[in-house]
Amino acid sequence: MRETADVIDDLPPSVEGYRLHITGLIVSFVSGLPQLVFPMVAAIFGVRKAENPVLIPIVIAAVLILSLFFRWLAWLRFQYFVGEHDIRVEKGILNRTARSIPYERIQDVSIEQKPLARMMGLGEVKFETGGGDGDDAMLSFVTLEEANRLRALIRSRKAGVAVFVTADAPAHVEEDAHPIFAMDGRRVFVFGLYSFSLVIFAVLGGLAQQFDFLLPFDFWDFKHWIGLAEERGVSVKQINGVGLFAQLILAFGAVGSLIFIGFATGVVRTLLREHGFRLTQTSKGFRRQRGLLTLTDVVMPTHRVQAAVVQTGPIRKRRGWHSLKFVSLAQDSKEESNYVAAPFATLSEVWRIAQAATIAAPDGDERLQRGAAKYWLTQLLVIVPLVLAGMAALVVFADAPVGRTLVLLLLLVLPGALFWLDWRQYRFGLDDHQLYLKRGWWQQQLTIAPQVKVQSIEIAQGPLARRQGLASLKFGIAGGTLEMIALPLATAVAIRAAVMAKVAAVDYSAINQSR
Amino acid sequence: MTDDAPPELTPLDPAFITTSRIATALGLLPFVVGAGVLEFAQLLPPGTFLVPVLLAYAFVAYTVPARKYRHWGYDMGTDRLRVVRGYMFYSDTIVPFGRIQHIDVDQGPIDRRYGLATLTVHTAGNHNSTVALPGLAHADALAMREAIRAAIRQDT
Repeated sequence: MRETADVIDDLPPSVEGYRLHITGLIVSFVSGLPQLVFPMVAAIFGVRKAENPVLIPIVIAAVLILSLFFRWLAWLRFQYFVGEHDIRVEKGILNRTARSIPYERIQDVSIEQKPLARMMGLGEVKFETGGGDGDDAMLSFVTLEEANRLRALIRSRKAGVAVFVTADAPAHVEEDAHPIFAMDGRRVFVFGLYSFSLVIFAVLGGLAQQFDFLLPFDFWDFKHWIGLAEERGVSVKQINGVGLFAQLILAFGAVGSLIFIGFATGVVRTLLREHGFRLTQTSKGFRRQRGLLTLTDVVMPTHRVQAAVVQTGPIRKRRGWHSLKFVSLAQDSKEESNYVAAPFATLSEVWRIAQAATIAAPDGDERLQRGAAKYWLTQLLVIVPLVLAGMAALVVFADAPVGRTLVLLLLLVLPGALFWLDWRQYRFGLDDHQLYLKRGWWQQQLTIAPQVKVQSIEIAQGPLARRQGLASLKFGIAGGTLEMIALPLATAVAIRAAVMAKVAAVDYSAINQSR
Repeated sequence: MTDDAPPELTPLDPAFITTSRIATALGLLPFVVGAGVLEFAQLLPPGTFLVPVLLAYAFVAYTVPARKYRHWGYDMGTDRLRVVRGYMFYSDTIVPFGRIQHIDVDQGPIDRRYGLATLTVHTAGNHNSTVALPGLAHADALAMREAIRAAIRQDT
């Protein structure tokens, strides 16, 4: 896919190269400024001894101009070609790389607009190929019209129609597109409340640790803080003296503000990411638009969906909120490998979207089975000798009283409870078309995979499992995993035979996408 | 172990025992050398290092490959490849030909001497994205590759 050669010569002369939009230079320059902080600090540190204060602004200006110059050079040497069969990107100042991306290999095209780029009417176009090595190809930045033109072009090329979309054609809305899921402001807000997060304190703490040399005081010196409080007329003695009731109020105030900050963080983060969430179904697949400051627009072709994952949490489940993700070879974003089709939806909405991806809702719990309890019991029994050995060691070597070491047996309660919860939530099953797997007692997850999408099936047995006649069944899914555990060997063999019959039957017939 | 299996499994080429003995023996040689050095340093009574290490070495390099060989097996169906291996950690994998993305036939230096090869099939699944079948006669591996390729071409 990647070739380092002079491709310009063998390109047909009719194909002309395009440059990125020049304004994009400013955008990437400004957004790259934080990276320049360290070179600048280093440069300032270098001229510090010269004792000439005029040097410092000169050094800063030099770093900025140098950076801008190299970005301009890179821009000059960056070209993309929209060819007959592929998109080619040539880049590099000294090391030239030419990458060719065949249209058939492009999994999806996403357009991302960060705030600054959005102000300038620019967007970042990303071509996902599902190839292993991360960054596939990115055009940052082109005008929004160009981005839409490229996407429309790739879609039509993929469909086998060589329609030439001209640059001045308006970003046309597809006629067959209709929204199947959207979140209004209220929904996003409620979702934010469920996304309670105290991560801001971790971030602040980390920053304080990183940059504490910049602060005029020692951040971790509690005596200093107490001293500061005393200067303002608050002393430890005073706090001790205000009485239990007032102390309680203070404590409530502290906890309350923590809780408030947690909710506020959740709401703000969710709002930034999910604002204006819209999922539309087009003839080419699902199209998702979302974001408040950074707008993203990602398309997922329907036939690439390999499995659906429905998730819910212990609290949101009570109000019926679930999320739906699609498993595929393409990566949704850096944090999320699966395509988020609906982050916060009711079950009926979830099943409606899944239906559009030809994944059906489970038709009742009767098809699902529990795992063999002895699987979890054995795991617990493996821990017991460890705890007993620990107790024996304490009694023998540390002369601990036997009665008190028995308390250590409580150590078994927690794993025991976890195993019990895991066993209680776990279900597996299959019907004529799909596989079902339910797991997790805190983050509850239901995976549904069409059997025809299974890539390989493995029956595995560890040394303990084989003694109990248990096995696990591992299904290879493109972009995800599905593993049924704690089933009797005979069941595993039967399930595998049933699924293999489906996979083999489909392989040699034309019923590839519709069931 | 595979009482469920209607089609009988094909064993690997017996030369696999030899190649795997050689490979293990070479791979573990540093431990023997290390034990020899410790022995030479005469820290403990003679034989404390060398004797147990040599015994373990002989077991792992001589007995284990023969056992491993007994637990490997494969079945080349008309539309699927089945690979069975392991006793302690038993695994029985089926890959339908229609799901195979590409096929490798590898030969290491030891393999080449004994005319063996490893057949590796790649699938798109995250789990079992590669399924390797070592210890095939080179000609068999090539024939299997051609058979799988023909099956894939017919499919598309």
